[in-house]
Amino acid sequence: MITVSQTLEAIQDSSAEEVVSQCIDRIEASKFNTFITVAKESVLEVAGETEGHTGPLAGVPIAIKDNISTKGIQTTCASRILGGYVPPYDAHVIERLKAAGAIIVGKLNMDEFAMGTSTETSHYGPTLNPWNTETVPGGSSGGSAATIAAGEVPLALGSDTGGSVRCPASFCGVVGLKPTYGVISRYGLISYANSLEQIGPIASNVADMTLLFNVIAGHDQRDSTSVPGEKDYTKALVDDVKGLTIGVPKEYFGDGLDQAVEKSVWDSVHRLEDLGASWQEVEMPHTKYALAAYYVIAMSEASSNLARFDGMRYGLRLEKDHDWHTTYSEIRAQGFGEEVKRRILLGTYALSAGYMDKYYLKALKVRTLIKQDFERALKSTDVLIAPTMPTPAFKLGEKISDPLTLYMADVNTVPVNLSGVPSVSLPCGFSDGLPIGLQIMGKHFDEKTIIRTAYTFEQNTNFHTKAPEVV
Amino acid sequence: MITTKDVEHIGWLARLKMEEEQLEGYADQLNSVLDYFGQLDEVDTKEVEPTYHVLEMNNVFRDDEVTDCLTQDEATGNAPRTQDGYFKAPRII
Repeated sequence: MITVSQTLEAIQDSSAEEVVSQCIDRIEASKFNTFITVAKESVLEVAGETEGHTGPLAGVPIAIKDNISTKGIQTTCASRILGGYVPPYDAHVIERLKAAGAIIVGKLNMDEFAMGTSTETSHYGPTLNPWNTETVPGGSSGGSAATIAAGEVPLALGSDTGGSVRCPASFCGVVGLKPTYGVISRYGLISYANSLEQIGPIASNVADMTLLFNVIAGHDQRDSTSVPGEKDYTKALVDDVKGLTIGVPKEYFGDGLDQAVEKSVWDSVHRLEDLGASWQEVEMPHTKYALAAYYVIAMSEASSNLARFDGMRYGLRLEKDHDWHTTYSEIRAQGFGEEVKRRILLGTYALSAGYMDKYYLKALKVRTLIKQDFERALKSTDVLIAPTMPTPAFKLGEKISDPLTLYMADVNTVPVNLSGVPSVSLPCGFSDGLPIGLQIMGKHFDEKTIIRTAYTFEQNTNFHTKAPEVV
Repeated sequence: MITTKDVEHIGWLARLKMEEEQLEGYADQLNSVLDYFGQLDEVDTKEVEPTYHVLEMNNVFRDDEVTDCLTQDEATGNAPRTQDGYFKAPRII
C-alpha cells in the first residue's frame, strides 16, 4: 500500500506528473476491477498545474467513489441509468480536494447506487478483493477500499449509508471513517438515503485517513444538514490512551460471529488496556432491531430519492417515447438493476397508504431507541469497540442470490448510521489470510477521540504494515 | 402477504414496469424481507417520538443573495432530448 508521505516524497524527487502517470499505469494494470472511469485525458495537465502548490495534498492522486459528482468526469453510481452522465459541477468535497492540491485520477466501482455489501451489484461487474480474488471486497465502497489495499492510489473517498465505508475497509484491511452526520457536506453526493449517509475517507493508515478527513470536512451552506466540525483533526494523532474508558457492547458479539473475529477484537481491547485504557461491558438492548429499522428507513428514502431518475434531464432514454407513465416505467425498468428495483419496491410499499405507520413510522421510533442506547452507553465510556463485520470477507456469489442473507451482514454497522455517531474501522487481525476489522465508535462530533484510539492501536500493532501480494 | 398483483401495483406506483415472469420472484423476496421487518412489532414504542433526523436542527437560513448558478447549456447538457434549450419530456395530455 502507498502512504501520503511516500507520495509527497516521490513528488519532491520527481514531479507530480510522474507520480500521477505511474498511478494511472497501476490502475490500468489492475486485476481487481476497482475503477469505472479513469480520468486519463485531463489528469496529467492538472498534475502539472500543481507545481508550487502549497496545499496539504499538492499533487497527491486520489480516487473517488462513483456516486460523488466530479465536474467533467463521468459519474455513473455504477448504474446503467446514469451511464454517460457527466456532472456540470463538483461536489463540495471535490472542491475542497482541488483546493488542497489533490489530483482526481478517476471514479471507483461500487454497488449500484451504493445499495449492497459486496460490490457485486455494480452494472460494471464486481470488484475483487486484492487479498483473495475469490472473495468480495465488501461494499458498497468496494472499489475505494480495494484500490487502497492493492496499492494503486494512496487515498480514496467512499460513502457510508449503513456501513459502506467500514465494511469494505474491514474486508480489505484498510482504514475507513464514517464521520458524524453533518460534518461533511453531502452537496454533490448522489442521494440514496439522505438522513443516514456521509461521505468518508479511506486510506492505508490512520494518519493519512485523518489528513484526508481534515481536508474534506467543513461547513457548506448548500447542504442544510451541514454543521461546522473541528478545525484540525490531525491534532488527535496522539499515541496515548491512558485514562480512556472503552465500552464493549455484548450485543455486537451475537450469533453468526466468526471465532477468529471475536478473538481478534477482544485481543485488541486487551492491547488497549495494556496501553492504559480501561474497559467495561455496556448494554445496548435495541441493537437487534437496528437492521430492520435501518432497511425500512433506507429503502423508504431510496424510493423517494431515486424518483428523479426518469431519463428526462440526464441518463438513459429509450428510442421511442410513449405516454409518460409507460416511458418512465420502461426507462426505469431497463436502467436500474435488480437490487435497486427491489429496494425501490419495498420502500414504495413501506410508504404507501395503510402501511406507513406500520413500517416507516415504527422504524423511526425504533431509531430513537437505538440512538438512546448510544447516548446511554457513551455516558460512562469514551468509545465503544466491536467487530466491524461479523466475519472476514465472504466468497463472491455466496450471498448475492438471497437479499435477506446479504442484509444480515450489516448487523454491526447500521446502528451507527441510525444514531449518527462517528465510527472508524481499522485492521486488527487476519484469518486464513483475510483481514479482520476493528470498529471504534464515539460520541457525536467526537471524531478526535476515536482517531486517537485508532492511532494509538495502530502505533502499537503491526496489522497496518501488511499488504496483499499484488503481482 | 404480498401477491403478484400487489407487486404489479407497487411497480406501477414506483414507475417500474414489471415483466410477468418476474412477479412471482419479487413477491417471494418482498414477503421474506417484510416478514423480517415484522419483528419491529415486538418493540414497545407507545411513548417514543420518531427520529426523522439525528441532529437537533431547526430551519437553516441564509441571506437571500443572487449567486452564480449553472447556465442553461450546462443544465441541459446531459439531457438525452432537448428542444430550444428545454428538456423534452413525453406527451402528458
